[in-house]
Amino acid sequence: MGEVVEISIRGVMPGEKSVMLLQGIPLSKKPPENAKELFLVARDIYRECVHPAGIMKDISQEEFQDVYNGQSLNAENTPVPKIAMRADGLALFAVTLGQTVHDKINELFESKELALGSMLDSVASAGAEKAADIVETRFLQSLMTRGVVDKEAVVMRYSPGYCGWHVSGQRRLFEYLKPERVGITLRDSFLMEPLKSVSGVFIAGKKEIHIIEDSYPFCKECETHSCQERIEALLEGT
Amino acid sequence: MDLLQEMSEALQSGNCEKVIALARQAVGTKVLPRDVLDNGLIAGMNVIGDKYKHHEIFLPEVLLAAKAMYAGMDVLRPLFLKDEMPTLGKVVIGTVQGDIHDIGKNLVAIMLRGAGFEVVDLGKDVPAEKFVEVAVQEKARVIGMSALLTTTMPAMKDIVERLKKRGLDSKIKTIIGGAPVSADYARHIGADAYGYDSVNAVEWIKKLTKKS
Repeated sequence: MGEVVEISIRGVMPGEKSVMLLQGIPLSKKPPENAKELFLVARDIYRECVHPAGIMKDISQEEFQDVYNGQSLNAENTPVPKIAMRADGLALFAVTLGQTVHDKINELFESKELALGSMLDSVASAGAEKAADIVETRFLQSLMTRGVVDKEAVVMRYSPGYCGWHVSGQRRLFEYLKPERVGITLRDSFLMEPLKSVSGVFIAGKKEIHIIEDSYPFCKECETHSCQERIEALLEGT
Repeated sequence: MDLLQEMSEALQSGNCEKVIALARQAVGTKVLPRDVLDNGLIAGMNVIGDKYKHHEIFLPEVLLAAKAMYAGMDVLRPLFLKDEMPTLGKVVIGTVQGDIHDIGKNLVAIMLRGAGFEVVDLGKDVPAEKFVEVAVQEKARVIGMSALLTTTMPAMKDIVERLKKRGLDSKIKTIIGGAPVSADYARHIGADAYGYDSVNAVEWIKKLTKKS
């Protein structure tokens, strides 16, 4: 049975920078004043309608391999199982911000409040990552408390749909984790509902295990190569 | 300053109230609604699209301008006879079946309307046959398909093939967009174009509707 993790609203309030990045405004540029105003309004709406919740469950190497294999649609050569094999701890996780925030985004678009709707969407996307951060920290603390890892250990998360892990892997992940307990369901297309939800696996261990090159065949199709930024941040300890 | 130029600039700064007031003033002084639309609203959105393309402005400014454009169009709409709102053509757009991500698709619809196209937005999770049926009924010139999931991409191929089977592919052009798709994928499934963002999609649709 997975552990339901309480997440405070305060914990999922994103900062301006992360939201502006999602609005396509690079860190090197000063956000326009009207964008800043929209951010403040969107953040207030978000605070009123966000209902964060999370769940995680420790799993063994063998169980993870079963989850990862999913419907046998993964790319041929992928990094996640190799990283997992060197891990000190693994857990499946899922977090959500609830349905209300998604409904509010739709409502704003339908009433032609396009800029505010888009800003709220970005606030919620950044908020969902913060929710995942909170559960990730909880997992690491739990491993430390149990003496599974030392204070040098780090956690990185990987999700179906990325790094060669086919999105159909969600099905098996859901069977193990049962995130329906916190209100997350899976559509036939492997899309989670509510839409502002994140799921995947936490992999804990030494920093080195997470270092990968972005030269796998499927990396050609990846637009962001954000894995490299995440690895860089990990090595810098940020 | 020329009234329509002033309207274009008010639109570019996202000033809805001013756009509405200037649109009313323009039609009140016998400026043709078509001129207000072309030289005020669409001209303003063209500037916005160009600045966005060149990274001079960002998404929030585009969307504030789009809201002002819609406000101006609401003033003009009653002045055109039913179904006679001038357009560059009709585009049927939607997120393919199985996918409920629609922010990108909404942006394309906004930019298309701003460029003077009529958009029939089918929403999200749209079955392949519905794209084709509505495009035929509405005499659309282009079908725009969006997907954010790799699992839903094949639905795009299904739509293109349905058009081909019915011999409609020369009349109704197709464009795809969304994070997992690419120009290569568009070629692979026989779609006519791939739009990497909303502005690029509008550029492609202008080209496709000129050719056909």
